[in-house]
Amino acid sequence: MKPAPFEYAAPKTIAEALDILGQNDLDEVKLMAGGQSLMPLLNMRLARPSLVLDLNHVEGLDGIREESSGLRVGAMTTKRVLEDSDLVRSQYPLLWESTVAIGHAPIRNRGTVGGSMVQADPASEYPAAALAFDMEFVVMSSAGERVIQAEDFFVTYLTTSIEPGEILTEIRIPRLPPGTGWGFQELARRHGDFAIVGALATVRVESGLCCDPRIVLFGAADRAIRVPAGEACLEGAPPSEASLTVMGDAVFDAVEDPLSDVHASAEYRRDLARVLSKRAMSEAMSRAS
Amino acid sequence: MRHIRATVDGEATEFLCDEGSTLLDALRDSLQKTGTKEGCGTGDCGACSVIFDGRLVCACLVLAAEAEGATVETVEGISKEGVLHPLQRHFLEDAALQCGICTPGFLVAAKNLLERNVDPSEEEVRFWLAGNLCRCTGYDKIIRAVLNTAAELRGESS
Repeated sequence: MKPAPFEYAAPKTIAEALDILGQNDLDEVKLMAGGQSLMPLLNMRLARPSLVLDLNHVEGLDGIREESSGLRVGAMTTKRVLEDSDLVRSQYPLLWESTVAIGHAPIRNRGTVGGSMVQADPASEYPAAALAFDMEFVVMSSAGERVIQAEDFFVTYLTTSIEPGEILTEIRIPRLPPGTGWGFQELARRHGDFAIVGALATVRVESGLCCDPRIVLFGAADRAIRVPAGEACLEGAPPSEASLTVMGDAVFDAVEDPLSDVHASAEYRRDLARVLSKRAMSEAMSRAS
Repeated sequence: MRHIRATVDGEATEFLCDEGSTLLDALRDSLQKTGTKEGCGTGDCGACSVIFDGRLVCACLVLAAEAEGATVETVEGISKEGVLHPLQRHFLEDAALQCGICTPGFLVAAKNLLERNVDPSEEEVRFWLAGNLCRCTGYDKIIRAVLNTAAELRGESS
């Protein structure tokens, strides 16, 4: 398998990258981050850009930095860096769990945080984590910088609200409020496969009652989604098996039209959404303090 | 065409490649390092595993142009002066291969694991090698060969 011919550019600065974007037909350019989704598309000739703009050599786009409010992660930071980070593992365990569920070791060695976000695969872990954490996306264009909230970022299958001519430069990941419990559940045929369905949950327990519960599903719709109807069932309810059952039924009802394909029927995915969201929330309740 | 300078299997190397060539094609076609195999072209099988600047990658998912200035280690650099690497010896002793197409990828991936962690658990070996597919052996002998190599490298008898 060989890609169709294309030109290749490897700018060293973000200004240079934006210049190249400005000089080309944007429909014909593909930005390449880690390449772990783009290269298969090129190899299979499902993508045939005339120019691949490689962001790997652009300075200042990688690395993680902690501030009082949370993490700032350069868009070109590889998953390997997050996986090997003691800070991420100890302070952002939900982000760490989401990271190690992605692909295999070589994919995480090369694949980037920004690349996964922009790819916006509905069955991938990071967009769901973005909704769980209320991440913010910093994008640059020749007009300057703007910040997109996670809830506005993912539009539908493989589509984000990044405009042509914009480049994602940074992801801001707020720290979860103190005492927040978290849970991560995913069903895939083999570890590293895209999820059939996955669920992330967070919750605090104050005076014996659930507070700010959050449920995020991936693999259950055209993008990662929060499930407000399920969350509403838990707000102010005791963290009990009975509450989880009510929540699970609400999640089942809310996931109206999941994907149906060779891996799983829509009906099965709906039931998985119920089962996995309950398991994830149960974990979150047990970790809340 | 691009002119690429890289260190491949310990040697300073120059080669020409098309802008759209993968590192896999450059290794096999420009450098005749055909030990690195093409399986899927999508990053699922690991037959093209190489170590790129110290990190295990699928050579089919890296552009040759990205190798400028990089250090690339392939299966062909694993043995030294005709002496097999302990991993290669244990793969033979433990019969960890049948048809052999996946073996270069497994060797490279396992070598990279043992460089990171010389005392991996069976679970860690399986987790690390999850990106390499073998359709013959059922994996058990491969896992055993890697664990036996690790024991030897730690100075324990296996």
